Amino acid sequence: MSEGGNTVGLDTPARLAVDALLDDPKTRIIVCCGAGGVGKTTTAAALGVRAAERGRKVVVLTIDPARRLAQSMGIDSLDNTPRKVAGVGGGGGELHAMMLDMKRTFDEIVESHADGERARAILANPFYQSLSAGFAGTQEYMAMEKLGQLRSKDDWDLIVVDTPPSRSALDFLDAPKRLGSFLDGKFIRVLMAPAKVGGRAGMKFLNVGMSMMTGTLSKLMGASLLKDVQTFVAAMDTMFGGFRTRADATFRLLQAPGTAFLVVAAPEPDALREAAYFVERLAAERMPLAGLVLNRVHGSDAARLSAERALAAAENLEEGGIVDQESGKAGPREAADDGSPGVDGAPQTSGEPDAPDPHHTDDARAVTEVDEITAGLLRLHAERMQVIAREQRTRDRFTSLHPEVAVAQVAALPGDVHDLAGLRAIGERLAAGVPAGT
Amino acid sequence: MPEREWLGSDAVSRLQVVSGKGGTGKTTVAAALALALAREGRRTLLVEVEGRQGIAQLFGTEALPYEERKIAVAPGGGGGEVYALAIDAERALLDYLQMFYKLGSAGRALKKLGAIDFATTIAPGLRDVLLTGKACEAVRRKDKAGRFVYDHVIMDAPPTGRITRFLNVNDEVAGLARFGPIHNQAQAVMKVLKSPDTAVHLVTLLEEMPVQETADGIAELVEAGLPVGRVFVNMVRPHHLDEGTLREAAEGHRADIARALSRVGLGGARRGGLAERLVEPLLAQAAEHASRVELEREQRQVLAGLDVPTYELPLLGSGMELAGLYELATELRKQADADE
Repeated sequence: MSEGGNTVGLDTPARLAVDALLDDPKTRIIVCCGAGGVGKTTTAAALGVRAAERGRKVVVLTIDPARRLAQSMGIDSLDNTPRKVAGVGGGGGELHAMMLDMKRTFDEIVESHADGERARAILANPFYQSLSAGFAGTQEYMAMEKLGQLRSKDDWDLIVVDTPPSRSALDFLDAPKRLGSFLDGKFIRVLMAPAKVGGRAGMKFLNVGMSMMTGTLSKLMGASLLKDVQTFVAAMDTMFGGFRTRADATFRLLQAPGTAFLVVAAPEPDALREAAYFVERLAAERMPLAGLVLNRVHGSDAARLSAERALAAAENLEEGGIVDQESGKAGPREAADDGSPGVDGAPQTSGEPDAPDPHHTDDARAVTEVDEITAGLLRLHAERMQVIAREQRTRDRFTSLHPEVAVAQVAALPGDVHDLAGLRAIGERLAAGVPAGT
Repeated sequence: MPEREWLGSDAVSRLQVVSGKGGTGKTTVAAALALALAREGRRTLLVEVEGRQGIAQLFGTEALPYEERKIAVAPGGGGGEVYALAIDAERALLDYLQMFYKLGSAGRALKKLGAIDFATTIAPGLRDVLLTGKACEAVRRKDKAGRFVYDHVIMDAPPTGRITRFLNVNDEVAGLARFGPIHNQAQAVMKVLKSPDTAVHLVTLLEEMPVQETADGIAELVEAGLPVGRVFVNMVRPHHLDEGTLREAAEGHRADIARALSRVGLGGARRGGLAERLVEPLLAQAAEHASRVELEREQRQVLAGLDVPTYELPLLGSGMELAGLYELATELRKQADADE
């Protein structure tokens, strides 16, 4: 793809072998994580399509897909169960996809773990309704819960999961743990105490410290909210053991060898800073990292022409475009003589016979237009090369911090992806792993 | 009251909330806005609520503590100052308990029990109540002489997908806690957020998904009765070639382009020469550029249809550095002045 190849430096990271990862039957779960706006959902969907077309039975769990992307996969309705995506697969492969409905997921947990009356009480509790409708954190719990459910069903041999657009990319790792520590904590016992012993008669059995505490809470929260919370906690009491067990199981599942984390980023400082942080966190939690997917990387098939060189040439054309000038002769000689930092060593440049344009004087206007167009092309190219240089600097900073992380670079597409053809194109770019000229 | 203007007027919204889809640069825009509004001796406070330390990274300072600190002076002299604060929900809660209930030791006991953890991470909405509450407190705070301590508070807010829920959380909480101190606090915050004192801006790029989210976000804000400010179109790129010119170039002028390239020293123009071999890749890049320009034109139309005033900020060549931030702030002032 690249004919330049002159930018490959010492710190070029190992290339992430995407197809090998997708083909390996031992890969059972791929988790795509990263900062917001870097293309996590698209990456997850593209991996799903590619894996299915390479013969695997895949389910993609997306959290919050763009509307048209969801429509293209036929998952724009919220029924919280995977559906087969038409037109993808072959060789025994299938793609199923679903979009997470967190409230539905939460309700299902309640319904399957509490008897009818208790379940109804929980579902009707105002505190529960707010909690399940998606305050910060709920989405993370439910995404991990759904992942656990899909895995235990064992209907698919590969699960690709997108992660919620969190405040920080790490929330989905932390949320289940936080829930666990809350459930183990003393606070929940304080909350439950009055409801458990049942009203006034029981109050005297509480020690003084506790009643002071609930008094304080009541003062802070207002008695009605405290009562709602207490009722909720009491009703959920029997389910808490199950919650904790499942949160722990999901955490262990994420650490298991069949799981591969892909950190997704764009070649921008913020996204890569978050990616570096994530890589460190995954290592600390002993979560298996497969590599970094760097989306929207720019490349050029004319990378041998540097930005400086292209700009100088554009200026030259714009200045000399109207009057026919000496530069016609000077041009090629310059090219032959200089050390050529931008243009690769070029024996044939010296004494180009066809370089000066004889009909330039005859049709000055037409040539001027061509000069303008050419100058425009060169300016565009210079801009592209500046973008490439900036992206490489940003990437190199990440690579020098984490040389051990394999990278797949995905060449930028001009527009958004919202059909299967677009997802296939992304999949090919993912597998290629390098854009032109980088 | 004079008609509300955006910059430079006393009547301008005092709380400016900046949201946007991830990756659109909302932290950068919020910081540029804080600098732009800090003109002529004004003082602005830039707050972040998501614990990402994005402001510190942008200004190249160490992580911000839970404390208001001066981080910059405004461009163009005049003594304007920008302060910054990273709001931390747990500290805000302890502050709040201390301020309203003198709960010094009981606060610590609650913390030991895990109640603070519960309140700031698990309990629905309380975290967001504390974050918005702290920002509103800074908006309302006055000095001994009765003047506002900050002329403007600019909030680097959660992304578009969550902004309405984030700002509206107080309504929801006021409904959950039907009376009592939390109820009162939530109502007081909501009063500021729904008043003309507040403007919610959305940052977007000229790309389909961010523009779609912006449209959805505006609809949600309007429905919730929250005041929509402006759309900031960020990272706008210059256009070098229009599509017609390009098509023409691609059609008949390949050889001429090769000769022009050759004339300015980029190699031979004949078949296989260096200049000739540049033509195809350059045209391919230009074609990509043209389709981008076309997509951008479509997205501009969608934005125009939203009927919300916009500001455009250029893509900075050198990446985001402090100098670039001042450049953006100056650009914002220029556009605001042109508006008046």
